[in-house]
Parts: sequence; C-alpha cells; structure tokens
Amino acid sequence: MIVSDDRKISELKNFMREAKSKEHPDSQLISILHKTQELYGYLDQEVMSEIAKEMSIPTAHIWGVATFYHYFNLKPTGKHVISVCLGTACYVKGAEEILNSIRQELKIDFGQTSEDKLFTLQEARCLGACGLAPVIMIDDKIYGSLTPKKALEIIKSYRK
Amino acid sequence: MITIHINDKAYQVENDQTIMQAADKLGFHIPRLCYHPKLSIEGACRVCIVEVVGMRNYVASCAYPVSEGMKIYTNSEEIRRARRDIVELILDNHPEDCHTCERDGNCELQRLAFAMGIRKRHFEGEKKHYEKDLSSTSVIRDPNKCILCGRCVRICSEIQKVNALGYAHRGFKTVVMPAYNMPFKDSVCTTCGQCINVCPTAAFVEKNFTQELFGKLGDRSLIKVAQIAPSVRAAIGEAFALEPGRQFEKELVAALRKLGFDHVFDTQFSADLTIMEEASEFLERFQGRGKLPMITSCSSAWMKCLEQFHPDLIENVSTCKSPMSMASALIKSYFADKIKADPKKILSVAFMCCTAKKYEASRPELMVEGIQSTDMVITTRELAWMIKSAGIDLLHIKGEEFDHPLGYSSGAGTIFGVTGGVMEAAIRTAYELYTGETLLDIEIQEIRGLKGVKEGKLVIDGKEIRIAVAHGLGNANEILNTVRKDPERYHFVEIMGCPGGCIGGGGQPYAGSNSMPLDEECLMKRAEALYGLDRNKTIRRSHENPDVQRLYKEFLGRPLGPMSHKLLHTHYKAKEPRGIIPSELTVK
Repeated sequence: MIVSDDRKISELKNFMREAKSKEHPDSQLISILHKTQELYGYLDQEVMSEIAKEMSIPTAHIWGVATFYHYFNLKPTGKHVISVCLGTACYVKGAEEILNSIRQELKIDFGQTSEDKLFTLQEARCLGACGLAPVIMIDDKIYGSLTPKKALEIIKSYRK
Repeated sequence: MITIHINDKAYQVENDQTIMQAADKLGFHIPRLCYHPKLSIEGACRVCIVEVVGMRNYVASCAYPVSEGMKIYTNSEEIRRARRDIVELILDNHPEDCHTCERDGNCELQRLAFAMGIRKRHFEGEKKHYEKDLSSTSVIRDPNKCILCGRCVRICSEIQKVNALGYAHRGFKTVVMPAYNMPFKDSVCTTCGQCINVCPTAAFVEKNFTQELFGKLGDRSLIKVAQIAPSVRAAIGEAFALEPGRQFEKELVAALRKLGFDHVFDTQFSADLTIMEEASEFLERFQGRGKLPMITSCSSAWMKCLEQFHPDLIENVSTCKSPMSMASALIKSYFADKIKADPKKILSVAFMCCTAKKYEASRPELMVEGIQSTDMVITTRELAWMIKSAGIDLLHIKGEEFDHPLGYSSGAGTIFGVTGGVMEAAIRTAYELYTGETLLDIEIQEIRGLKGVKEGKLVIDGKEIRIAVAHGLGNANEILNTVRKDPERYHFVEIMGCPGGCIGGGGQPYAGSNSMPLDEECLMKRAEALYGLDRNKTIRRSHENPDVQRLYKEFLGRPLGPMSHKLLHTHYKAKEPRGIIPSELTVK
C-alpha cells in the first residue's frame, strides 16, 4: 500500500489542506498533482484516490487531468529520469545518435524503466538550451554539447 | 425584446438567450450534435455554426447570445458547406459500419450526415482502434464509435452526479473512460444507462441479450415466464415511430405470447406487493421501530449509488426488493409450486425500461434457494427489436390479458413507473392500514410532475407525515444532504435513479428524429399514459388487489412475516470504490 508511507502522505495531506484554504481550491488540482509527483516520482492510482476524497474531486476528473499532461508519470519511474531532447536544434546536432546509444546501453525505450530501476527514459520537445545542443537532462541537471560517448560516460557516473 | 435578422428577415425575440434558442422558437432548426438542452454548453462539435455579420469567424449558435440588430445567416451556401465539411471530418474518423451497427436507423450522426447532403466521402481519415469494454452487466462502452461530443460525460456529472466518466488523454487520442481506465464494472458507474440515452452514436449501448433469449425461447425443456414493467408499455410505441403517450399493455402481452412465452405476468402485480411490504415497513418505522426517514429501494441504479456514495444512509433504506425481484422470487417459488415445476427449469425474463435492472439481476443477495431469480433482463429497446425481428405486428395485434396468479394489478402498481408514483401508491395503502379508513383523494398532485425535488405533507390520524421525492441521482444527492443535516425533516423519501423515474429509464426507446433524448414533453406523455391506466382501473389501491390478498392467504402469511423476509426483502452493504460527490467548489 503506497499510501501507508506516513511521511509522504501526511506531507501531501498538509499540502492539500493548504490548497483548500486558498481562494479557488478548484484550480489547485494541478499543483497537487505536481506535489504528488515530487513526493512519489509518479502519480499512483491509490494516491489519486486519496486526493479525490480529500478534495472532493471525482477520480474520473483527476484521471483526465493526469493523462492530459505528458509531464505526469502514471507509472513508477527509476531513481533517475533521463530526458533526451528531440527539439529541432538538438535533432539537427545528432540527438538521435545520442538517443540510440542510451537505448542500447539501458535496453529501454521511451516511457520505460531500466531493469535495475535506476533510469527512466523520456522524450523532451525542447529544454530551452538550444545553444548547448544536443542536450539531455538527468533529473533536473542539463548536460550539453554531447556526443554518444560523452552521454554514456555521464550515465555511468550515475551508476556509482 | 430585441430585433434580430435571420436569413434577411427581421424577428422580435427575447434578450438573454442563445442564437440557437431564439432560432428554435422561430422554427429554424439549426443542425446540432453535442448540444443538449438539459446539459451545460460544450461547443465541441461546431456543427451548429452560423454566420453573424461583422464577426470574423462563424459562431457556435448553441453558445452565442443574441443581441440587438444581429444579422444571422443559418443556411447560406457557405455555412452549409462549412457545416457539411465539419460533419464529413467527424465521419472520416468514424467506423464505416452503419449497416451492422446497433444504432443503424436511429443514429444522430447518420441522420445529420443525411441532412447535410453528404452522399459520398472525400477522405479516408485515421480510425480509432480500442477494445470495447464489455465488463459491465449493463452498459457497453465502445470508444471507436465515440465522436467526443461529451454528452455522456455531462449527463453523468451534471444530472446524475455520479462522475463515472471523464475525458482522458488529449487530441485525437482523447477517450471517454472511467478513472484509471478501469473496467466499467469496477468503476462507480451505477449502470443507470443515461449515457446510452444521450449518446448520439453507438459509443454506449446496453448489453444485449436478445440473441440469447431467442435461443432459449426455442428450448422446449424450459418453462418461459415473462414480466413487464409499467414503463415499457408507456414507451414502446415510440420505437415503432409513434408519438409518445400511447400505451401498449395488452398488445405487449399478446406479443410476448407470440414470441414464445408460456406465462406472461405483470411487474405491476409485484409493485402492489411491494407496496404491501413497504407501507407496512414504513408504519413500523413511523411507530418507532426503525430508522426514519425511510427511503425507497425500487431503483437499481439508486441501490448501487447508495452503496458507493451514501453508505451512511443504508439503514434508512427500505429492505424491500424491487418489484422485479419480488416477482422473480415468487415465480421461482410460489408459482413453481403451483404449476408443480422445478424452479431450475423456469426461465424468468424481465422486460424493463432499465439497464440497471440487468445489474440488479446479477446481485448475489437476490438469489433464491441458490438460484438466480431473474435470469435475463431485456430493455424496452431490445424488446422492440425482438418484436420487429420476429415479424410481430405490434400496432395491429389483438390485445390479450395477463396470466394469473401474478398478473393482476391495481392502479397503484401502474404509477410506479413515474417519479412520485411509489410514494403515491404507498400513501394510498399506508393511510388505510394505519387509520382503517379509505383515503378518498388518492391523486397526490404535489408529488407529481418533473420538478427535481418535490415535497409534500399529509395528515394521517392527526399525525403529520412529511414526504419528499427525487428523480435522477443528482436530485437524490440534494435530498440526502438535507436528510443528513436535518434527519427530522422528512418521514418518507422516494428516490428514482433516472430523470422522470422509470419512464425515463436507460433502456427506453431512442429519441425520434424530431426530439431530444429525455425531452420533458415526451416524459410527461409517457407519465400520462400510466396515469391514464391508473384512472381507468376500478381498483386503485394495492391492498385491494384480490390476487395480492390471495397470495398472502395462501403463501406469504402477512406483510413482513417470515416468508416475506425470506423472499421479498434484501440487504445492502457499503461498496468500493467509494464514489466522490464533488463539492460545489471543485467541479463546475
């Protein structure tokens, strides 16, 4: 039971209590989902049902918001999330080769998590760092001017 | 009043309405798809666009208000072309299987394509490929047929307040589904079937048992027993292109015999029986033995709603089974004894206006001696199809009488099909049971009609009894919240899951080409058909039904007695997933 993690659920509940005291609690759902993803790494169904009860928002509606935005993960992610930018600049500068080398190394595709649960691979449409193209982002850190070799070295450094 | 111009002619219209509303009243029917008068404005389909002079783009007439001097074109060549293109684009993504589709002939999209003059297709669009959700006992969801008009989502959230459905994902991949894409049967869906009623295509249809039933009707080893709910007779004519309001009671009995049923009974008989039990139960509670207010339990969608959304009120709900389940229990006990048949050899089929009854039939609590009491539930729509498919001429058939001993009913049993009817029937009997005197003024006008929540008062033997009636699960929420806040406010509450009561059930005929699903005028005509049947009966009080009296004498003993408890009463328990009633703050 994921919601039996006391620390996380009580932090989330505090967050929701605060949201409810705001002027438009109905507009707080997205920020609550952000908080959930920050705490759990993804949006667990059990947790979404807790949000539904606490905020009196039907689960079908929460599910609609959760599935609308690509940002939200609906499945557990690995310890680190690798976002490979496939925006125009990165693509022109060889993002596909970088992507392929990471795919081969981790044996996973977009949306999947490596067997050791260390990495989840995601596609990004532009990370706003076009000057450094091609780039990848691991968790919230940007790595630029990459070659396939450099990318693999960076990934290796996360394995330690 | 303001002046607007439609197609170059000036009209005086009221302010504060949309272009579509104004046009409707003037006799211009602007084509439409996602619009429904009972639901919020979605503006999703763009079919109802019109040209307003001075506006850069065409406007959706369902959402745009009229204003002084507005010049509107509803039918210019450009607007016709634009509208046709919009419908064509919807068709491009729609499966091209009209001739094998369940809604063939009464599909709003099909009608619209015809009216737009689409006689050939120019583009082949991307089709959707999703699995149908066949998990529910009652409602099939087929996202491939869905055109994302959102009427189902809106009726489920705005009228029923069940919120079983939402939009998930986005763009072309948007799908209407329950939370977490869970199977329908595991969701909070109450199986009321209103999504089917409002769906313009076949994205929602009932779980159909007609082929299976045709198969069983040919099985000579089975004794085939039918029962018909009141509202079926009040609406089935509409499936034969008749105007609403004509009843087909006797014709249906004849048609069912022609289909192969050996015995045709009336759910109205067991409605009378329900009243005997329910009125007695109410008087017990009223005299201090049990919780008040007592809430009725006939509506299956309401039962599921109760268990998921309002488990704190379970003790308030009558333990009486629905009339359908009472009749079925008797068919497989009392009646089986009478004809000296093995209950396992009886096929008990209920013809209902309701999709939720399919769910009710599957409830394990309702089994009798280890066997399911209702083997199959067939909706009005399915029955209409069976009658047509078997080549029976319902409109010219000679009427026949119901069979005994479960076929005779009072007028009180008839009005069960209309919102307020159960309450009215119960009062007709409770009054006499309590006072020993006959209630003379038996038509209780204050609880008739289509107002969402109706309240009334009556005095029985010097004591005031306060009653309330709700139809549609959204209106039920309102009464239940009142009950929570002020438990003394009412003594007796009637709740029906569907708008209008059973006459507006999820299994009733689809709206004809000139009307909208759940049109109030249509509901009122169906109601009037039942009130007319009631008025024309000599016996209008359940306790005066001679067959009911005989049943107690021969078999049941007395109301609420041990036999009644075994066969006619049931229980409820809290269920997961627990439904969420949205606070007014969080959902529009």
